[in-house]
Amino acid sequence: MSRAFEMKDFKLLSETRFDRKPVNRGYAMRTMHVDVGSRTMKEKPVSAEMKAKFVGGKGFGLRLLWDGTKPTTKWNDPENEIVIAMGPVCGNTNYPGSGKSLVVSLSPMTGVPIDSNVGGYFGPYLKFGGWDALEVQGKSDRETIVFIDNAEGFVRFYEAPAGLQEDTHLLADELTRAFAGGLASGGASPDPTELQAISVVSAGRGADHSPMGVLNFSLYDKRRDGIRVKQAGRGGIGTVLRDKKIRALVVRYKGVTQNANDAADPAAVQRLGLKMHREIVVNDDKQCKMRKQGTAHLMEVMNDYDLLPTKNHKYGQDPKGPELASWVWEKLFSQNLPDGCWFGCTLACAHAVDHFKLQTGPYKDQKVCVDGPEYETAAGVGSNLYVYDPNGILELNFYCDTYGIDTISFGTMTSFLMECWELGVLNADRTDGIDLSWGNWKGAAQILHDMADGKRFGVLAGQGVKRLAEYFAAEYGADAQLMRDIALHGKGLEQSEYVSKESLAQQGGYYLTNKGPQHDEAWLIFMDMVNNKIPSFEDKAEALHYFPMFRTWFGLQGLCKLPWNDIEPSDNGKWPESNKVPEHVHNYIDLYKAITGLDLDWDGLIRQSERVYNFQRIFNVRQGHGHRKDDYPPYRAMGPVLEDEYLAREERYDKQMKEKIGVDPAGKSTGEKLRITREFRLGQYDTLIDAVFKRRGWTSEGIPRPDHLKDIGMDLPELLEVVGRHI
Amino acid sequence: MIKYLKLDDQKCVGCMSCATACSLAYAKEDNPAKARIQVNGLGNGRFHLVACDQECRRCVAECPVQAITVNKQGVVMIDKKLCVGCLACVAVCPTEAMRFYPAESTPFKCVACGICVKACPKGALEIAEKEDSPASRFPFEAAAAARRDSTDQGERS
Repeated sequence: MSRAFEMKDFKLLSETRFDRKPVNRGYAMRTMHVDVGSRTMKEKPVSAEMKAKFVGGKGFGLRLLWDGTKPTTKWNDPENEIVIAMGPVCGNTNYPGSGKSLVVSLSPMTGVPIDSNVGGYFGPYLKFGGWDALEVQGKSDRETIVFIDNAEGFVRFYEAPAGLQEDTHLLADELTRAFAGGLASGGASPDPTELQAISVVSAGRGADHSPMGVLNFSLYDKRRDGIRVKQAGRGGIGTVLRDKKIRALVVRYKGVTQNANDAADPAAVQRLGLKMHREIVVNDDKQCKMRKQGTAHLMEVMNDYDLLPTKNHKYGQDPKGPELASWVWEKLFSQNLPDGCWFGCTLACAHAVDHFKLQTGPYKDQKVCVDGPEYETAAGVGSNLYVYDPNGILELNFYCDTYGIDTISFGTMTSFLMECWELGVLNADRTDGIDLSWGNWKGAAQILHDMADGKRFGVLAGQGVKRLAEYFAAEYGADAQLMRDIALHGKGLEQSEYVSKESLAQQGGYYLTNKGPQHDEAWLIFMDMVNNKIPSFEDKAEALHYFPMFRTWFGLQGLCKLPWNDIEPSDNGKWPESNKVPEHVHNYIDLYKAITGLDLDWDGLIRQSERVYNFQRIFNVRQGHGHRKDDYPPYRAMGPVLEDEYLAREERYDKQMKEKIGVDPAGKSTGEKLRITREFRLGQYDTLIDAVFKRRGWTSEGIPRPDHLKDIGMDLPELLEVVGRHI
Repeated sequence: MIKYLKLDDQKCVGCMSCATACSLAYAKEDNPAKARIQVNGLGNGRFHLVACDQECRRCVAECPVQAITVNKQGVVMIDKKLCVGCLACVAVCPTEAMRFYPAESTPFKCVACGICVKACPKGALEIAEKEDSPASRFPFEAAAAARRDSTDQGERS
């Protein structure tokens, strides 16, 4: 057990005091800029134009990041920023899923802005000191802790003391206990209310050596008397944190109340929240069982529909699938706990496995609390690695989190490595002795431990599939085309964990995204593949306009997507366009109006998102990306790459060849059938891009058109200047 | 043992004396919407009384900040200083005994104080005791309660 720290153990490097400012109608109208290089803090006002055009959350984050960086800025330049922004609805305690922070940065994996939506107490605590966003810029010359005390009104830069841990499960716990109570008590207060008033943002040793580092946002759990963490997972923001030599950001705030947002109509906020709480209490057991299983409720459904990634997305199903079914996780998760990631989230999907005994690594034989797994993790480091041992998944989940590694990128990367092992591209000589046979989770764990140590094979592995595919072709003579086909990434970011082969719309949902293949923009597989609700290219394009725009809105507000459609009103099915869950959309509109006092309708909601979405696209263009050529999937995401992959679903593919392509498969070799299928599917995707770009108001090269920018009120000079150079 | 307000619907005549006494005591106004006991008319001169039975404790388990705890008399108490007003407790309450008033920041409930008992002219109310049910229903609550007892930090007013 490590020793306990108090505040006096932290060497003070500098301090800036500030006036606390109450939030008014959901906004503080100022942001905090922290430079860890010069160890200074300054306040920036939020202009009326910024509020009107960028709304908050991800919109504010991207605006600040654009202004703080240059077209030439690389992820590890000092001017790259980590911006944590909340949004006007963030922090209300009534409506489930209202505690999200949106984190943006130039990604070490893609070179373009990444955005990640994360729970935990940090964002709301930051906001209620009177800040709409926090910009972190610069690079420190020593290991630094930034302590923002929103209860007292100061920012302090501390040097991390010797002996302070690096891995999150220990570090966040040490810092929470050290800073509890603040200066008045000298820290180290044992009062649970003081402990709960601290939230920590940290990464871990893995993020020091791999571009796929996460940020862990902590919350102190009174019942467990311990730290829980939620991840800003995608795109390597934890790596940026560590590159800046920031050990952690710590915030302190006390006294969250029902109307800390100073809502225009607090009774309406209560009414909307209570309506949702009741809907969840009544319907959740009959619908998704989020309160008992979290997103892991999806496991057997995905396996049933051939969508659960298995062996690097080669297949979508396996007879062993049920070994990872929702009921398995329900038994492992501690039940009857209000495991929300922010106060008042009765959907409470942030489950944990308590007292889990580790089998490998530096914490072997210790009992720990494992946050998760969520669906993406259970699929990514489970079925996709052919791991059907829940204990193996829990171990990988735990070490990813504490080392500050993204479970999704790690899962997709390790499945690529295991397929390379199967193909003979890798062997024990090339992996420093790690056996990467399918299902060997201890091999995967060893890669993680290597990543944390910064030694051996894990350092190479942790570079991500894009770089690995190039490296294996160049150094090991692997077939370069095959490597590109099976390295599941877009723009450098690993794909998340749904098999998209049989849904053209979902291929677009993954790869026609701003940040890379993450399912948070659109999840259209059932609509497209199972229910055939969007048959034409125009239908798919409409869905690939509406859903990304709608879902972007959560990120502008500081909201979670899950209470939108992982719980539904009992009568949802009887309404037109039930897949949009219209009653919940109206809840959100009413919630926004009740908090901000501003007017909004459904079209206006989409318009708010469209502005920010196009801004992000142009940001990509400014950084030298964001063109049509950047929006193509690797072929594994589109169809069968290998002969055995085709043969495993031969009946399906032959039928499609006959009915959709109009070619008789009879008498053709598997190789020939693969080629015909591939040509057809690539052509379909190109037609899809044309339709989607047109619907989004972009040129066929993917550049937002100036007239479209004018239509949506986003014809800002700096944007027209960038798009003008490409049209 | 659990101390609680025992309700006898058969004796209630709907005079609202209990609600008046309760809301005057706790909200400083005569307003049944702010009373910790509810008198619901069923028609035909019959009434149904609602107040917390202090026994199910779903609100205790649901509270994200542990503002709701059970005191030494077995009564479920809300610590208003800790409460964040999320109203999850209101949603999970099976009898709607946990209440709130629009735009007021914290919910409220019967704490078995007995003020209404004295006000009732018909003897429909009494403060009674019943056996506690096993604490093991919510093991994390039991553990937290044990910690509170050992550090003597519990029982905030």
